[in-house]
Amino acid sequence: MSEFLNMGGYAFYVWSAFGFSTLVMTILLIQPLLQHAQAWREAEALHDHDGERR
Amino acid sequence: MTEKRTMHPLLKWFYRLGAPAWFYPFAGKLLPWLGGLFLLLLVPGLYLGLWHAPADYQQGDSFRIMYVHVPAAWLSMFVYFAMAVSAVIALVWRVRMAEIMIISSAPIGAGFALIALVSGALWGKPMWGAWWVWDARLTSELILLFIYLGIIALYNAIDERRSAGRAMSLLTLVGVVNLPIIHYSVVWWNTLHQGATVSKFDTPSIHIDMLIPLLLMAAAFKVFYGWAMLLKMRAHLLEQDLHCGWVKERIFNAQKMPRKNSTGRVANQGHKHE
Repeated sequence: MSEFLNMGGYAFYVWSAFGFSTLVMTILLIQPLLQHAQAWREAEALHDHDGERR
Repeated sequence: MTEKRTMHPLLKWFYRLGAPAWFYPFAGKLLPWLGGLFLLLLVPGLYLGLWHAPADYQQGDSFRIMYVHVPAAWLSMFVYFAMAVSAVIALVWRVRMAEIMIISSAPIGAGFALIALVSGALWGKPMWGAWWVWDARLTSELILLFIYLGIIALYNAIDERRSAGRAMSLLTLVGVVNLPIIHYSVVWWNTLHQGATVSKFDTPSIHIDMLIPLLLMAAAFKVFYGWAMLLKMRAHLLEQDLHCGWVKERIFNAQKMPRKNSTGRVANQGHKHE
């Protein structure tokens, strides 16, 4: 296992590359989810009780 | 058929207005499938690439960076190609959904261009002895990243969404010239970057145990693009159409339905409406 993590001496380069990719891809998923949640809250505030008040 | 061709402009307008009402839930249904397929390709790709594939005889284990570097670089170009096709559709037929697709794809393309550049630097340092060289392949990929950022900046700089969409589509088409430059940069110029090893059709100069995880990771990244793009498109559609009927309807339906974690009181209220 430690041999695997060591990556033949290239541990820093290999794991940094995979770690950075994971970070960017996570942001590419989380950001749209937050943007969507924000828009959904705005839409709810806009249309809330729309039917009842009239 | 002929009815549709001579469709009244007002009907056409309704048709266009109706599109997000159909697209938004359709994309929502696709999301879990794309996420699942992504993991299904990613997990064996990572296992075979990081663990099972033998170390390279020249580069040792550092070659494993290839499994994010190459799929990311391929995807950064694939995303741009898809955006360019969408830009033609947006400009010729003035389809709003095509504009939404472009602006939703641009940050993903930028993200993968960045992954390609950073992982390339992390590979270049131990192999070439330099994080960065002003080489044709590296420079043209850096320009691709800047074009992506330019497209996003242009879209956000113009207030009216459709004008922004048209300007962005034009810029996307202009930037297409960079794609062949990236691809042939290793052929046209003397470069430190290695040439193609997979797309040589006669004999790919890569061992099969190394190639299979590469193809798995490349497929996983392509699916990820579809997944992340649909998420972003849904966010943009909702954000831009806050006042539209289809959003109002979705909010109304969501509030009418009893929530899973709701108390009995709320559930009863839902029942009373029936």
